[in-house]
Amino acid sequence: MKYARPNTTGAKLNFEARYGNFIGGEFVAPAKGQYFENLSPVTGRPFTEIPRSTAEDVEKALDAAHGARRAWGKTSAAHRANVLAKIADVMEQNLETLALAETWDNGKPIRESLAADLPLAIDHFRYFAGCIRAEEGSLAELDEHTVAYHLKEPLGVVGQIIPWNFPLLMATWKLAPALAAGNCVVLKPAEQTPASILLWAKLVGHLLPPGVLNIVNGFGIEAGKPLAQSPRIRKVAFTGETTTGRLIMQYASENLIPVTLELGGKSPNIFFGDVLDKDDDFRQKALEGFAMFALNQGEVCTCPSRALVDDKIYGQFLELAVARTKKIVQGDPLDTETMIGAQASNDQLEKILSYIDIGKKEGAKIRTGGERVRLGGGLEDGYYVAPTIFEGNNRMRIFQEEIFGPVVAVTGFDGYDRAIEIANDTLYGLGAGVWTRDTTQAFRAGRAIQAGRVWTNCYHLYPAHAAFGGYKQSGIGRETHKMMLDHYQQTKNLLVSYDPKPMGFF
Amino acid sequence: MIAATEAALAKIADLVARFGPLMFHQSGGCCDGSAPMCYPRGELKLGARDVHLGDVGGQPFYIGGDQWERWKHTQLTLDLVVGRGAGFSLEAPDGVRFLIRSDVCAVP
Repeated sequence: MKYARPNTTGAKLNFEARYGNFIGGEFVAPAKGQYFENLSPVTGRPFTEIPRSTAEDVEKALDAAHGARRAWGKTSAAHRANVLAKIADVMEQNLETLALAETWDNGKPIRESLAADLPLAIDHFRYFAGCIRAEEGSLAELDEHTVAYHLKEPLGVVGQIIPWNFPLLMATWKLAPALAAGNCVVLKPAEQTPASILLWAKLVGHLLPPGVLNIVNGFGIEAGKPLAQSPRIRKVAFTGETTTGRLIMQYASENLIPVTLELGGKSPNIFFGDVLDKDDDFRQKALEGFAMFALNQGEVCTCPSRALVDDKIYGQFLELAVARTKKIVQGDPLDTETMIGAQASNDQLEKILSYIDIGKKEGAKIRTGGERVRLGGGLEDGYYVAPTIFEGNNRMRIFQEEIFGPVVAVTGFDGYDRAIEIANDTLYGLGAGVWTRDTTQAFRAGRAIQAGRVWTNCYHLYPAHAAFGGYKQSGIGRETHKMMLDHYQQTKNLLVSYDPKPMGFF
Repeated sequence: MIAATEAALAKIADLVARFGPLMFHQSGGCCDGSAPMCYPRGELKLGARDVHLGDVGGQPFYIGGDQWERWKHTQLTLDLVVGRGAGFSLEAPDGVRFLIRSDVCAVP
C-alpha cells in the first residue's frame, strides 16, 4: 500500500506550516524570529519551517532545564519509569503517524520506520524504564565498623546533539537513559531532520514536567556550539563525525565535563568460505546480510560497507550477492513495498556521488549501481542513489571512509589471518559482521576484530540490552544498554564509620 | 595537495568578509563525515599529528595524520554544493555545503 503524502488529500499526517522550539513545556518562537525551510528528501521540496535558533534560545532552554532540575532529580525511580512507559505507550498509539513523519523528514522507506525505527524507539523507552527500577547502588563493608555506600545521582542538565539518520531512534537512545537517570535535557536535533521530533514532542511533551525536556532547533554553529560550550551543562552527548567530535571534546574540556561520542565506522562484513557449503536458509541469511549495506540507504554508522569474502568462494558468492542486491526495490518511500528510499539531503547525495567517482578513478570495478536514480511521479528531485557494489582493495578510499550511502566495497581474502588483518585495517571500530557455519571460527573472529559490536551470523539488529559503541576513532561510551545510565549519573560515596571510639591517629 | 573550485573560493571570500580568517579541517566517520569543516581560524585546536595540506583562498586546510595516511594518494579539490550539512561548519546556514572532490595521484 502507498501512504498519501503529508498535507495532501487523504493524508494521515499533516505538518504545521511552522514549528517552535520546545522549551519549558511549550512551543516558543526563536528569540530572533528566524526560521529555515525544512525539505523532504522524498521530493526535494520544503514542507515546514523550523526555528533557526541562536545562543539566546539555548540559554532560555538551559534556564528551563535548571528550573526543573531539582524536582525531577528527586522524583522516585518508579515515577520516572512510569513516565517513560507512558511515553512509550503514546508512541505506540501514534506509531503510524510518527513513522510517516520520520519517512517524510528523512527519506527512509515507510516499511522501515513502521517495522524498525518506531518499534525500537518504543522498546528503548520501556527498557530504560525497567533498568532504572532495577538499578541499585552498592555498599562495601570495609571493616567491622566502616561502610562505603555508593549512591547514584543524576548529573543535572545535559546537552544532546542528535544525528539525522534515525532522528527519533537516535534521540531516544540518548533521551531514555538521561531521563531515566533523572536528568533534564537540552536537545538539538539535526537541521536536516528536525520535524519528526517536534511532532513527537507535541504528542508526549505533556507527560514530562515543564523544563525536563527542551528541544532547540537550528544549525550547529549557531545553536549546537552554544549548547556544547555552555558551562551550564554537566555532560554532552554527540553522534556524528570525527572533526565535530574533536570540537565537542574540546568544548567539554573548557568546562571539564564528560562526553559520550559515537562517530561512525567503516564496518567489515566477513564471509568465510563455508557460508556456501549448503544451499539452505543460512546461505540466504548470509546473502541478506551482505545486501544490508543498502538498509536505510546506507545511512547507518555501522553500515556493512566493506564486504570481505573468502577467496575460495569469491566468484560464486559475489554473483549471488549481486543478484540479491538487484532485487532490492527502490522507489517511493511512502510505498510499503519500497526497500530503499531517498538519501537524507542533497549534500549527502553529492557526497555519495563524489565517492562513486573516486572509486572509479582508483580503479575499483562497479558490479551494479553506481549512479543517481531519477524516479518519476513527483520524485524527480528527490535524492535517490542505486545500491552500488564495488570490487577493489582495502587501500582504496572507498574502503577507508564511511560513504554513508548504499555503497559496498568488496574484496577477497586468503585465510583467516588475512581476513582479520583487513578487517582491522581501518581507523574505526564500531561494527562488524562475521558469517560462518563454524562456531569456533565465529568466536575467534569476533574477539579478534577491534570493534564495539560484532554481529555474528546476523547484522543490523539494534535491540535494547545489547551495548553499542566504538573502539578506536569510533567514539566513547556504550549506548542501548543499562550501562549507559552510568554515563548520565554521578556516584556519591558516603564513607561511614559506625565506630564510637576515636580514630586515634591525630 | 588541496585546490578549490571557483564556487568554493567565492564562498570562502564571503565567509572571510563575515567571520574573519578561517580554517578547514577534513572530517571522517559517520553522518557528515568525510566532509570538510570550515571554522573561524583557531576554533578547532590543532593536534600534533594534524597535517597542513595547503591553503584554499588564503585559509589553511588540515586533515588528521592517520586519515592523511589513507588519503595521500589522492589530490583533493574543495567544492561547494547546495545542501544542509550538519556539524558546526560556518557555511551550512547559507544552504550550501563544502564538499571534497578527489583525483588519483597514484593507484594504490
